[in-house]
Amino acid sequence: MAKEKDNTLRLKFDSSRNLAPALESRSAAKIDSKYDLFINGKFEKPDSKKYFDTINPADEEKLSEVAEANEADVDKAVKAARNAYDKTWKKMPAKERAKYIYRIARIMQEKARELAIIETLDAGKPIRESRDFDIPMAANHFFYYAGWADKLEYAFPNRKANSLGVAGQIIPWNFPLLMAAWKIAPALATGNTVVLKASETTPLTAMKLAEIIQEADLPPGVVNILTGAGTTGAAIVNHPDVNKIAFTGSTEVGKIIQRAIAGTDKKATLELGGKAANIIFEDAPLDQAVEGVINGIFFNQGHVCCAGSRLFVQESVFDEVIRKIKDRLESLIVGNPLDKNTDIGAINSRAQLDTIHKYIKIGINEGGEMFESSCALPSKGFYCRPTIFTNVSQSSRISQEEIFGPVLAIQSFRTDDEVIEKANNTPYGLSAGVWTDKGSKIFNLTTKLRAGVVWANTFNKFDPTSPFGGYKESGFGREGGLHGLSPYVHLGSY
Amino acid sequence: MTKKISIPDFSIPSRIDQVGVEERASRFTKRSIKNETKTNGLLLTLNMIDLTTLEGKDSEGKVKQLCSKAMHLHEAYPGLPTVAAVCVYPSMVKTAKKALGNSGIKVASVATAFPSGQSSAEIKLLDTKLAVDDGADEVDMVISRGRFLQGDYNFVFDEIAAIKEACGKARLKVILETGELVTLDKVRKASDIAMYAGADFIKTSTGKISPAATMPVTLVMLEAIREFYYKTGIQIGMKPAGGISKSKLALHYLVMLNETLGEDWMNNHWFRFGASSLANDVLMQLMKQRTGVYQSSNYFSND
Repeated sequence: MAKEKDNTLRLKFDSSRNLAPALESRSAAKIDSKYDLFINGKFEKPDSKKYFDTINPADEEKLSEVAEANEADVDKAVKAARNAYDKTWKKMPAKERAKYIYRIARIMQEKARELAIIETLDAGKPIRESRDFDIPMAANHFFYYAGWADKLEYAFPNRKANSLGVAGQIIPWNFPLLMAAWKIAPALATGNTVVLKASETTPLTAMKLAEIIQEADLPPGVVNILTGAGTTGAAIVNHPDVNKIAFTGSTEVGKIIQRAIAGTDKKATLELGGKAANIIFEDAPLDQAVEGVINGIFFNQGHVCCAGSRLFVQESVFDEVIRKIKDRLESLIVGNPLDKNTDIGAINSRAQLDTIHKYIKIGINEGGEMFESSCALPSKGFYCRPTIFTNVSQSSRISQEEIFGPVLAIQSFRTDDEVIEKANNTPYGLSAGVWTDKGSKIFNLTTKLRAGVVWANTFNKFDPTSPFGGYKESGFGREGGLHGLSPYVHLGSY
Repeated sequence: MTKKISIPDFSIPSRIDQVGVEERASRFTKRSIKNETKTNGLLLTLNMIDLTTLEGKDSEGKVKQLCSKAMHLHEAYPGLPTVAAVCVYPSMVKTAKKALGNSGIKVASVATAFPSGQSSAEIKLLDTKLAVDDGADEVDMVISRGRFLQGDYNFVFDEIAAIKEACGKARLKVILETGELVTLDKVRKASDIAMYAGADFIKTSTGKISPAATMPVTLVMLEAIREFYYKTGIQIGMKPAGGISKSKLALHYLVMLNETLGEDWMNNHWFRFGASSLANDVLMQLMKQRTGVYQSSNYFSND
């Protein structure tokens, strides 16, 4: 018989990490060379006369420079907010207020692509996430709270929901625009005016939001957006004419804020750190659980306060789960955040990268067994391989302290009670995840886990209608949903 | 390296979370496949196609034409690979075998009272023998979905094992007909039974039932293959069939294959597309990659 030809093509489709570049076009985004402070509806030069650079963490190139607000600038912004509150916003019928908020949401949607690109450039997060998560979710928050504006009497039946006045808001760098939306939307819907400070490493989308607010013709002073670092934030917190502080950031700063406002009548909500436990039981759908764990910790490079940074796996499936996690790590694409195929982008800043490296070193020194993906990292920019640690114990620092990076600490457990105890044995309590096919086990755990959000068979799911917030050192107050209105009102009777 | 195989207890329900599977499957569709990766993927797709005709009205002439297409996909694009196989009914195996000669293209034949599988064990074995004796390189059998859904897993297992034996050297593809199994738990269970019973390939559908292949269903089967490989060291092939007619979707399947099973599976020995109209769409895209413009369907032969 004639030898049959082998017609099997041995073509490399390219290992999944080496797909041809699919870059989102940078030219679709307009970034000015310099941004001033947004006060009273106008962009104003800072009293400090100082500007600082904001860079792209993916290549360390300068993107733009933004103003540094000092105490005088903060005072100007608070005065503008107070003036707008007294003269227009407080008196405006709620349904008119709603129209403005809707308008902001719609313009955000129209500019979604540009916002996504800028968010990715400034924060280092993958374009897939800013495009599919950050920006649509931010717009949705405005839409959602616009709906509440004229329905507050149904949110608080038989009570009169009075606005507070001027809200001072300080947001972090992990979800810059989304955090601005979380803060501004409910404040406006309840009739407050706002002085917001964006993070010093990611100020650009906040300045774009300022432009949108201008375009939406919001009365001047209703929203003021400042840029600056810790001292600017402190000036907002300590300003005597601010009625409410909303802060998202580190537990350390949260404590400073609480001390600073003690004895004043300022209301506060703090959304702080976390060290969430993700728990996989032996009866879980393992492949989906592994995928959920991967998304739970590596979403946004692990820069997520509710990231599932501790994993507990039941003994009987431990080896299987670890093998699956390692395999999955190898298929994650780390690289240029603007590439549509990137799964893990750049670490937000040099300082944060140093912190992550510090913790990885601590983990190794503590005897943890480290495994990291074998992927190559770009030569420029701040990158970190997705990393997991096994042979970790409750007393390990990497399982106690928030790393805020793509590092997962894994432990095994034997019984339900044991894992509940271990999961709760942390100063934090922001979120948790439970993976099991058994409904009764889910309910048992959700009642016993001391965390603001407990996800079952999923992780990192967000919705504007759903409240979010922490227990213990993860903060207090809730954002999102009906609950997210309460921190911005004081209830009176009719 | 093959490990010692212990057959699991099939009476234990499998656990697949549908929401999670769908989420993961949709994630593959977010990959943006461009330039040389796209060209490579398209060529690979062509090479993985089981060009199929399974009609009551199939004639020798039709099968010969199909075989000619299989060997000469598009002469305007020199150097194209051939498809992997031509898939026909047992009565057409001889014709196909002769038409394909020593081109290296395999002849796959459906068997076991395809597509319903509603017949006796004897008939199914005879059906298989007919195909194999006529020279089929591959046999695509259907499982008895009725017995499977009844929970008669041993029956299904034994039937597959018997057909496997009858196949001799021919490779056995086991069609689960996932559209009739409905839930992903069942898809996983049927995949496991087929692999432990001796399948060389597991395949989603006959193409006669809707829905045919979907990405979530294929993902569950790929994950079953991965697990089987972990446990036994044996590689099993995968063939989604029916419903994949566009290049873009085919590329998404390749991304899914690559990220789930890896490069060892990225060739037509371990992965096939059961499709009839996919080839022309891929050819159209390849010509577009090369010339920069789309041509109308009139420029691609329709066999």
